[in-house]
Amino acid sequence: MLLKRRVLLKIKETLIERLLFFCSLLSVFTTLGIILVLSFETFEFFKEVPVLKFLTDTQWTPLFINKHFGILPLLSGTFLTTLIAMLVAMPVGLVGAVYLSEYSSLKVRNIVKPLLEILAAVPTVVYGYFALLFLTPLLKKIIPSLSGFNALSSGMVMGIMIIPLIVSLSEDAMRAVPMGLREGAYAVGSNRLQVSFRIVLPAALSGIIAAFILAVSRAIGETMIVAIAAGQQPKLTLNPLVPVETITAYIVQISLGDTPHGTLEYRTIFACGMSLFILTFILNMLSFKLKRRFQEVYE
Amino acid sequence: MNRKSRNKRLDKGFSILGIASIAFGLIVLLVLIIDVFLDGSARLSWSFFTSFPSRKPELAGILSAWVGTVWIMAITALIALPLGIGAGIYLEEYAGKNRLTDFIEINIANLAGVPSVIYGLLGLGLFVRYFNLDRSILAGGLTLALLILPVIILSTREALRAVPFSIREASYASGATRWQTVRYQVIPAAFGSIMTGVILAMSRAVGETAPLITIGALTYIAFLPQGLSDPFTVLPIQIFNWVSRPQKGFFANAAAGIIVLLGLTLIMNAAAILLRHHYQKKIRW
Repeated sequence: MLLKRRVLLKIKETLIERLLFFCSLLSVFTTLGIILVLSFETFEFFKEVPVLKFLTDTQWTPLFINKHFGILPLLSGTFLTTLIAMLVAMPVGLVGAVYLSEYSSLKVRNIVKPLLEILAAVPTVVYGYFALLFLTPLLKKIIPSLSGFNALSSGMVMGIMIIPLIVSLSEDAMRAVPMGLREGAYAVGSNRLQVSFRIVLPAALSGIIAAFILAVSRAIGETMIVAIAAGQQPKLTLNPLVPVETITAYIVQISLGDTPHGTLEYRTIFACGMSLFILTFILNMLSFKLKRRFQEVYE
Repeated sequence: MNRKSRNKRLDKGFSILGIASIAFGLIVLLVLIIDVFLDGSARLSWSFFTSFPSRKPELAGILSAWVGTVWIMAITALIALPLGIGAGIYLEEYAGKNRLTDFIEINIANLAGVPSVIYGLLGLGLFVRYFNLDRSILAGGLTLALLILPVIILSTREALRAVPFSIREASYASGATRWQTVRYQVIPAAFGSIMTGVILAMSRAVGETAPLITIGALTYIAFLPQGLSDPFTVLPIQIFNWVSRPQKGFFANAAAGIIVLLGLTLIMNAAAILLRHHYQKKIRW
C-alpha cells in the first residue's frame, strides 16, 4: 500500500515536471513560429522582388501603379525617429541614473523610481496623441515650417517614453559597482562628481551601453507613436520637419487597409517585419551579451 | 578661485542637473495628463460608456471598445498566466544548469525585446491564417498572451529567486518532494511578487494596439461580441481610430478614451506598486 502510494507520487512528480518543462519550451516555439511565419511570406515576396532591389531601390511605393520595393526610405524614417529619440533619452536618462545611483537618498530613489516607471507604462497610443496634438502644435510656434506630421515630435516623445528604461538599467549597472571602489576614491579626496564619472561610470560602462542598445532596439520597434504622428510618406530623407514613414508605421498602414491575403502587397509587411526582426534581434543579443559580461565581473 | 571650491560648485551643479532631468520626465507626465483632461473630460459621461461608435462625434462612445478590452484581457490572462508562471517555476526550481536551459533563457530574453508589431505578424500568419481563427477574440487573446509570456516568465523567476534557499532545504528535510516544496512553501512565499509581475504584464497588454491592428482587429464595430469567434475592437484601437480622423470633433473623443485607458493603466500600476510594498514589508527573511 505504502509502496503504491510512493509510485503514484513519483508519477505525479514526473508529470508535473514534464508539464512545467513544456511551458518553458513554449517560448522556444514562439520564436520558431515568428521565424517560420516571417520566412515563409518573405520567401514568397523575394520570388517576385529581387533581394538586391529591396535593399538598394530608393523608392517604396507598393500601393502605386508604378511599384517600387526599396526598403531604404522606410529604414531612413526608422533611423531618423530613433536618432531623435536617443538624443532625448540618452543624456536625460544617464544623468538621471547617475543622480539616483550616486547622489539621491534611498528614500528619494524609492519614490522617484516607481513614478518614472509610469512613463514607461503609458500606452503608446496615448503618446501618439500627445505628439500629434500637443507637441507638434507647440513646436510649430518655434519652427513654423514644421509639418503636421513629422519625425521630430514623434521622435522626441518616443525618447521620453524610453527614459525610464535607460534610467532603470543604467542605475542597476552603476549600483552593481562594488562599494569598495567608491570608498577608495573618496579616501583619496574625490568628491561625488569625480567618483561618479571617473570611477562608477567607467566601471559600469558595459551595462550602460547594454541599456543604450536595448533602448535603440525599443525605439526601432516602437509603432503607434510614429504611426499616429510621423506620417505615412516613405521618403529617403533625414529632414526631421517633414512627414516620413517607419517600417513599423508601414505595417500598421497596410494592416488597416483591405489588402487581400496572398498578394504581393500583403507580403510586403512580412518582408518589413523580417527586416525589423533581424535588426532588433541583433541589438537585443548584443545588449544581452554585454549585460551578462558586467554581471559576471561583479557578482 | 581655488580648485577645491570649483570642484564643489561643479558637484552642486551636477546635482541640480540630476534633479532637473528626473523632474523633466515627471513634468512631461503631468503635462500629458493635464492635456488629455482638458481635451477630453467634457466628453466623459455615462452615455460615452454605453454608446457604440458613430459618425457623429458627440454621439459616439466606447461601448464595443471596452467590452472588447474585457474579453481580450480575460482570454490573455487565462492563457498567459498558467503558462508563464509554469515556465518560470520550471526554469527557477527544476531546470539544471545545462545548454538547453541556457538556450531557453537567451531565447526568453530575446522574446522580451521583440517589437510588439512582430507578434502581430505572428498572430496574423499563425492564428488568423493557419489556424483559421479569423480576426476573432480568440486570435487576439492568443496573440497578446504570447506577447506578455516573456514578461510573466521573467518576473515569476525573479520572485522565486528572492525566496531564500533555507526554506526549500527545510521542506526537503521534512520529507517533502520537489513539487510539494514548490507548491506549499515557495509559491506562497513568492505569491505577492508573482502577482505584482502579473498585474504589470496585464497593464501592458491593456494598452497594446499595434499587434491587434496587425492581426486585423476592426476599427469600427457597432455590436457586441457574443463569443470567442466574434470580431472585436479594443479601447486603444478605438482611440487610434479617433486620433487618425481629420474631423476635430473626434479628438475630444480620443482624449476621453485616453482618460479611461490611462486611468485603467495607472490603477493597475499603482496596485502593483502597493502590492509589492505590502509584501516587502510583511516578509522579512
